[in-house]
Amino acid sequence: MESSKVIHAFYNDDEVLMDAVKAVKAEHHHIEEVFCPFPVHGLDKAMGLAPTKLAITAFFYGITGLSVAIWMTNYMMIQDWPQDIGGKPSFSWLENMPAFVPIMFELTVFFAAHLMVITFYMRSRIWPFKNAENPDPRTTDDHFLMEIPVNNNEEELTVLLSKTGAVEINVVDKH
Amino acid sequence: MSHYEAPIREPLVLGDKSYHDITEDIAKPIEGKANKNWYVAFYISLAAMLWGFGCIFYTVGTGIGVWGLSKNIGWAWDITNFVWWVGIGHAGTLISAVLLLFRQKWRMAINRSAEAMTIFAVFQAGLFPIIHMGRPWNGYWVLPIPNQFGSLWVNFNSPLLWDVFAISTYLSVSLVFWWTGLLPDFAMIRDRAVKPFQKKIYALLSFGWSGRAKDWQRFEEVSLVLAGLATPLVLSVHTIVSMDFATSINPGWHSTIFPPYFVAGAIFSGFAMVQTLLGIMRKVTNLEDYITRIHIEYMNIVIILTGGIVAVAYATEFFIAWYTGSPYENYTYLSVGAATGPYAWAFYSLLFFNILTPQLLWFKKIRRSFIWTFIISIFINIGMWFERFDIIAIVLSKGHLPSTWWRFEPTFVDVGIFIGTIGFFFVLFLLYARTFPVIAQAEVKTILKSSGEFYKNRRDQGIPTKPVIKVAAAEGESDKLDKE
Repeated sequence: MESSKVIHAFYNDDEVLMDAVKAVKAEHHHIEEVFCPFPVHGLDKAMGLAPTKLAITAFFYGITGLSVAIWMTNYMMIQDWPQDIGGKPSFSWLENMPAFVPIMFELTVFFAAHLMVITFYMRSRIWPFKNAENPDPRTTDDHFLMEIPVNNNEEELTVLLSKTGAVEINVVDKH
Repeated sequence: MSHYEAPIREPLVLGDKSYHDITEDIAKPIEGKANKNWYVAFYISLAAMLWGFGCIFYTVGTGIGVWGLSKNIGWAWDITNFVWWVGIGHAGTLISAVLLLFRQKWRMAINRSAEAMTIFAVFQAGLFPIIHMGRPWNGYWVLPIPNQFGSLWVNFNSPLLWDVFAISTYLSVSLVFWWTGLLPDFAMIRDRAVKPFQKKIYALLSFGWSGRAKDWQRFEEVSLVLAGLATPLVLSVHTIVSMDFATSINPGWHSTIFPPYFVAGAIFSGFAMVQTLLGIMRKVTNLEDYITRIHIEYMNIVIILTGGIVAVAYATEFFIAWYTGSPYENYTYLSVGAATGPYAWAFYSLLFFNILTPQLLWFKKIRRSFIWTFIISIFINIGMWFERFDIIAIVLSKGHLPSTWWRFEPTFVDVGIFIGTIGFFFVLFLLYARTFPVIAQAEVKTILKSSGEFYKNRRDQGIPTKPVIKVAAAEGESDKLDKE
């Protein structure tokens, strides 16, 4: 079992933070987490985070929506209760398809957008009544917090982090 | 340099701001007390809203006969108002989605309020078809469910049903897009809240947003994909609204240019409403450093462009009506119509408000003037209302047979419901302006170094945006490190 001690290093500038993350990675330390008040471009790459696959899920959700629309229009307009509307009878789905394009488009977008956002909320664990997990309230204002697990190398890490321009360094016990 | 931006671009954030200053400025209207003007505006809007609700209850209780409709003019003010409000609801998602895809940094200061406006406007729009049903408690019949006598389903060939799908998709996707963007900003308010109740509310609204690097990575990806989805969605919504008319066989309505022309008109009126609202909001919330002259100018340029498209579309319609040689078309456009009939005043108002006045924006002085922008934006709002009124009421008032001719006169109920929706809209917007972070502060912080006045000036002097590292945390080490 690893030690539950972690170091919290605070930074107050995004460019300084980026350099710090690179410096810490260069020394082969594991960065547990970085809390940011706003997105810092390139931070995920510097930390070595895998790219997100949410866009791919959105594509498949969109395909699902499109299929639902095709199934629904076919079942309701062609199979279950075909109607002759304006002298344009419902013999086959394909012949009636042009009239269903708006529905197909809207349901594609509806499914892709909502299911992707729900996936995002579930994966990032954000939903109503969820308690926030940022360790310091300043991380939503103007401070960046880098969390590094300590394995009997507290001194070494503290020196390294202060060199990178951390404005505050705390060693805390993580429950 | 990661935060480079061409020096020729005007700064988007004025003054000597730090990240913390942005937090302070945006939290201030929420944490402070409302002033007297806010209360005056709120109570006027509330009164208008209640009056409108009274008219709605009267309509529903008595019947649609209390409106100025007849068997020939089956919809007039209600559908005019519906199209007007949906059109207004187009700027928000356009600003947040299309401008995101084009990487326009100026959208950051205005997207939050524009999207709020979109959502509130679509609420108002949605009211009209529901009231027009006469029996709104049966409104769920528009959903794809079988009827109570068997399995007769909704008609997917009908543009009215396309509208149901388009508008509910648009409203719900815009709402989710808006709310996802709000999470980090609600979290910011939550983390600085002092009052326990306020903290609880914002903790709930922020969904426990913590701002991990992974969350931000996903947040950016989701924003981008949502923008990609919302862009065709925005265009589809007003396209489908225009098909309510264009797929009919009425002269004056069955026009193939309606979709692009309606979309351009919607963006035109939507941006005008954004100008109206932001012109007031930047003053009352002291956000003049964020919503600057250049933001107003950029929006005015969009207004000139879309207004130009609308003007060309009007001209095309008249030309085609003449060119077809169809007597009905000819009659609708060139004889009664518009210019000489009993509604000539509405037609000329349209030309004045929608075509003539926006041309003033070609002048840079006017385009960059807050007061002129405000006046012109109000004019466009009026003009776009007349556009819809002209399309709907004038066309219906002179059918194919003279026996169907009827002149539409609104009753006090028609007027009351319209005023009521304006009141409802402003009630929502005023409440929003007091309780929500009205600027996407997290996103503005990302452009502070590239587009903030302070950093731009520093860069011109050759000072890098990255601060010099001062080591204070480790004692004894600082002297050595400073020299590096």
